[in-house]
Amino acid sequence: MSISSEDARHVAGLARLELTDKELRAYTEQLNQILNYARELEKLHTDNIEPTYSSLNTGTLLREDKVCNFTDQAGLLENGPEVAGSSFVVPRIL
Amino acid sequence: MTEYEAVIGLEIHTHLKTKSKMFCACSTEFGRPPNSNICPVCTGQPGALPVLNKEAVNLAIRCGLALNCTINKKSVFARKNYFYPDLPKGYQISQFDLPVASRGFVDIAPADGAEKRIGITRAHLEEDAGKLVHQGAEGIEGATSSYVDLNRSSVPLLEIVSEPDLRSAAEAKAYLEKIKSILQYAGISDANMEEGKLRCDANVSIRPAGAAEFGVKTEIKNMNSFRAVERAIKIEIERQKQALAAGRQIIQETRSYDEAAGQTVSMRSKEESHDYRYFPEPDLLPLLISEDWLKQAQKELPELAEQRIKRYQEEYGISAYDARVLTLDKATADFFDTAARLYAGDKKNIVNWLTTDVLGYLKNEDLELSQTKLRPANLVEMLGLIDNKTISGKIAKELIGQMLKTGESAKKLVEQSGLRQITDEAELQKIIQEILNANPRQLEQYRAGKTALKGYFVGETMKRTKGRASPPAVNQILDKLLSG
Amino acid sequence: MHKLSLKEARRKLWRGETTSELLTENVFQQIQAHEPVVQAYLSIYREQALAQAKAADERLKKGDTDGAPLLGLPLALKDNLNLAGTETTCASKILKGYISRYTATAVQKLLDAGAVITGKLNLDEFAMGSSTENSALQKTTNPWDKERVPGGSSGGAAAAVAADECFGSLGSDTGGSIRQPAAFCGIVGLKPTYGLVSRYGLVAFGSSLDQIGPLTKTVEDAALLLNVIAGYDEKDSTSVNRPPEDYTADLNSDIAGKRLAVIKELSGEGIDAGVRQAIEKMLDKLREQGAVIETVALPSFKYALAAYYLVATSEASANLARFDGVRFGHRNKSARGTLEMFKRSRAEGFGPEVKRRIMLGTYALSAGYYDAYYLKAQKVRTLIRQDYARAFAKYDAVLSPTSPSVAFKFGAKVNDPLSMYLSDIATIPVNLAGLPGISVPCGLENKLPVGLQIATPEFTERKLLQIAAAAERSSGFERMHL
Repeated sequence: MSISSEDARHVAGLARLELTDKELRAYTEQLNQILNYARELEKLHTDNIEPTYSSLNTGTLLREDKVCNFTDQAGLLENGPEVAGSSFVVPRIL
Repeated sequence: MTEYEAVIGLEIHTHLKTKSKMFCACSTEFGRPPNSNICPVCTGQPGALPVLNKEAVNLAIRCGLALNCTINKKSVFARKNYFYPDLPKGYQISQFDLPVASRGFVDIAPADGAEKRIGITRAHLEEDAGKLVHQGAEGIEGATSSYVDLNRSSVPLLEIVSEPDLRSAAEAKAYLEKIKSILQYAGISDANMEEGKLRCDANVSIRPAGAAEFGVKTEIKNMNSFRAVERAIKIEIERQKQALAAGRQIIQETRSYDEAAGQTVSMRSKEESHDYRYFPEPDLLPLLISEDWLKQAQKELPELAEQRIKRYQEEYGISAYDARVLTLDKATADFFDTAARLYAGDKKNIVNWLTTDVLGYLKNEDLELSQTKLRPANLVEMLGLIDNKTISGKIAKELIGQMLKTGESAKKLVEQSGLRQITDEAELQKIIQEILNANPRQLEQYRAGKTALKGYFVGETMKRTKGRASPPAVNQILDKLLSG
Repeated sequence: MHKLSLKEARRKLWRGETTSELLTENVFQQIQAHEPVVQAYLSIYREQALAQAKAADERLKKGDTDGAPLLGLPLALKDNLNLAGTETTCASKILKGYISRYTATAVQKLLDAGAVITGKLNLDEFAMGSSTENSALQKTTNPWDKERVPGGSSGGAAAAVAADECFGSLGSDTGGSIRQPAAFCGIVGLKPTYGLVSRYGLVAFGSSLDQIGPLTKTVEDAALLLNVIAGYDEKDSTSVNRPPEDYTADLNSDIAGKRLAVIKELSGEGIDAGVRQAIEKMLDKLREQGAVIETVALPSFKYALAAYYLVATSEASANLARFDGVRFGHRNKSARGTLEMFKRSRAEGFGPEVKRRIMLGTYALSAGYYDAYYLKAQKVRTLIRQDYARAFAKYDAVLSPTSPSVAFKFGAKVNDPLSMYLSDIATIPVNLAGLPGISVPCGLENKLPVGLQIATPEFTERKLLQIAAAAERSSGFERMHL
C-alpha cells in the first residue's frame, strides 16, 4: 500500500489541516516511508490474536449520579478566542 | 403500474433522566443561561478525562430490558471523530461494535392496521453535543455567526435503532409513540420532543411489493414532532415513488425535512458522508455489567403501559378500550392510579370523567394533563359530592372546567357559588307548585292526556333552580302534584 | 545547595540546617546563571515559589510536616501538566496564552505534599519527539554538551534536573519520553505502570500509553516522588485502585540471586558500540552483586516500533481534535467560515511533527485501513505482552540500553522522521505492554551518559526500584554539575 498525494489531501481534509502543496508532497513522501516500515506488520499472522486496547483488564470506573458544579466557568470562557455574553462565537458555519 | 412498499427504520435519540452529565458532574438542568453547566471535561479542556455516570448505565439497562433486548455483559465505548463547533473534543464518545443492548423488539398497534412486532437492532449509550444559536438568521442558512452553548454537551443519550420492519408512516408513528411510552413509563426519559429530549431520524426506502431486496435508502433528519415524523416519511415515500415512476434513480443520501415547504431536501450524498474513524475510547475501559446488577435492574423495572392496561381490566373491570385510552399518556395513567387509590366508589366513575370531560378539555385546549391544575384528590372529592348527592352530574360538568383551570377544590367551589343540590322536599315542592301555578294552560293540557309535557315542567324547574334541583326528587314531586 | 539530591535537601530542611526559602533562592540563582544556555524552563514562578517556600518554612518551624513529605522542596513540571491559573502551552503555538482552569491530580498531590513549584519545562510540542527540537517555543540544550539535544519529549524536565535547576521534576512518557531524556542527561527517569499514576490533567498524546512519572537525580528521589503521585483517582477511569505502597522500602536490599535478562533484540545491531560496552560493564557489576544475568529473546519486539507509531498517532489524531480554535487556543481571525477557521487555525498552530503524526493517525483510522493498521497494531501489543509474560515467568526483570545512542547533535535527525523514531526502539515496548520501566545512568560513552533501562512486571515498582538502586550503587556514575 502506498499513498498518493490525493490520499494525503483527503486525510488532511479529514484532520482539518490546511496544507500547502509543498507540505502535502513532503508528508506524502514521509508517510510512505513510515508506512513502508510498518509493512513489517503484514508478515505477522494475527488472525487468532485478540487486540490489546489497554494494558488494564478491569471494567471501567463508574461515578455516582451526583451534581457538583465547577467553580471557574468564567475562567473557561476567558480562554475563548471570541466570546459574546457567556457564549463562544464561531464564524458562519455554511 | 408497479405497486411499491415502503421499508422504514428509525433511529431514536433520547436523553436519559440523570441529574448529572454522562462523563462529568455538571447538572443536566434544561434552560439555564448559556455555558452555566460546564466544566473542564464537557468543554474538552486539554487533559480532562471522562468518568462514566452509573445511573446513565442503569437507565440504559432498564431501557434494554423494556425493549426485550439482550443486555451485553461487556460493552465498549468508542470515539466517533468529526469536527463541528458544538462538539468540544472533536469526537463524540459513543458505542460502536459493542453496544450496551442488542436484539430486542416491541409490539405496536398502528391506527391503520393489525398489531405488529418491530425488531430493535440495538441501543447504545453516547453523549450529546452542545447547542448552536445562529445569529443574523432564523437557521444555520444565512446566519453570519453562531453562539456555542455547551450546557447540553455530554448530557447522556441512548440511541435506539430499529430493524427496517416498519412499512408505513403510520407504523413509524405508532412505533415512535410506543417507544416514548416505554421511556416515560420506565422513568428512563421525559422523552419530550419539544425540548429535544427525544429526537428521531428515519431511514426510508421503497421496493416493489413482495420483493426481497431492499431499495436504496435515504436518511431523513430534522423532524421535530410526532406529526413531523409521520408527514416527512409520507412525503419521502411519495417522492421516491414519483422518482422511480419517472425513471429516475434514488440516491443514497441524507435529506432534511422542511416542515414549512412540506418536502425533504438533500443535505449530502453518501460520497460526501463522514468517515467517523471509530476506535475504542482509550480513556474508558470496557463497561462490565454483572449478573447482580442486571437482576437488580430487572427488579426495579417499573410497570409499563401494557401491564397497566391488563391490571386496569383485571382489578377494576375497566374495558380494554378505556384502559388503552387511560394509558396513552403516562401522566394520565398516574393520575388515574392515584385517584383510584383515594376513591372508594366504582373506579369506572373516574374513568368516565377522565376519558370524556378531562381528555376532551385537554384536546380542545391543546394541553397536557400535567399542564392543568387538576389534581387526583380534587377529582375524587368531586365524585364524592356526586355520590352523596350534594351536586348533580350536570353541575359537576361545570365544576370540572373550573377545577382544571384554577385547581380549586370542588367543595369550595360548591360553597362559593351555592351550587349545592336542592334535595329538600318541602323547598322543591314549593318551587314546583309555583311553576304549575304559573303555567295553567300546560297543566290543563297535561291533565287532558298530553303527558309528554312532564318534561317541560322538569325543564322549568331546572331552569328556576339553575340546575341545582335533584332530578329524581323533581320527578317524584311532579308525579305527586300532577296526579293531584 | 542546589546540587543536593531531593532526599539530601529534605534531610537538611528537616534538621533545620537550611530553609525552604534558601533552597528555593539557590535554585533560582542556578536558573538565572544557566538558563540562558540550558533553556529548560518555559515559565518560571519566582514569586509564587518563594511565597510557597515561606509558607513551608512556617510549617517546618512548627514541626507541622505530617502528610507533607515534600514540604518546601522546589520541583518543576513538564509544560503539558495543568496547574490552575498558570499557562499550559505544551510547547505549541496553538496553546500559547492558554490558562489552565484546573490542576492535574499528580500536580495537586505534589502541592498537597508541600512541594514548591518553580515553573514549567520545555518539551517536544505535545510530547511528540525524542529531542525537544520539536518545541515551537524554545531550544533546550543538554547540560553535558550544549551542542547536543537533551532528548525528548521531556527534554526540559531532564535538562533542568541535570543542571540542578530543580530537585526533581514530573514528566510524561508515551514511548520513552521520561526515560530517554533521563538517559541523555545522566539522571534517573521512571515511567510507572499504566494506571498507577492518574493521567487527569496531563494533556493527552497517546491515551492508552501515557503515564506521568518523575525525573530525579537519584533512584531514591524517584521512589520518594512516586510515593506522592501514585494512587487511585476517581477522575481517571484508567487509574487502578490498589493499596498504597512505600516504594522506598526495598531500596537498600541486595539483589543477590535476582534473575535478570538482557533483551537479545536490543543488544546487537542497531545499538551503538559504545552504548553496548557501557551496558556490558554495568552487567558485570550487577553480576558482582550476585545477580544472575542471562539473555532472553523477545521476538515480537521487531514489530513494536511500527505498532507504537500506529497506535500512538491514531489516539493522538483524536486527542488533538479539540484544538479547533472554538473554545481556547489559536484561532485564525481572517477565516470567513467555520470550516476554513478550523483548517487554518490548526495549520498555523501545529508544528510539522505534530501535523505529520495527525496525518499518520488519521490515515491509520480511516475507512478501509483500520484493520490493516490500527487493529493489527493492537494485536501486536498482545504479542509483546505475551513475550514479556514469558520472560517474567523466568526472570525478575529485563534489561536493555534506554536508547541506542547517547545524546545526538542538534539537527542530526530532524529531517529523517524514521531515524528519529528509531531512537525510542528500546523504550516503546514497555509502554505498549503497560509495564513500569526506569532509566538509570550506568556510565559514559564519548563523555556522554548512557542509560540502563530496567523493566519489571506490572505494579512491581518496588522490585524495579530495588534493582535500579543496586545498579546505581555499583555504577560508579557521577553526575555533572554546571
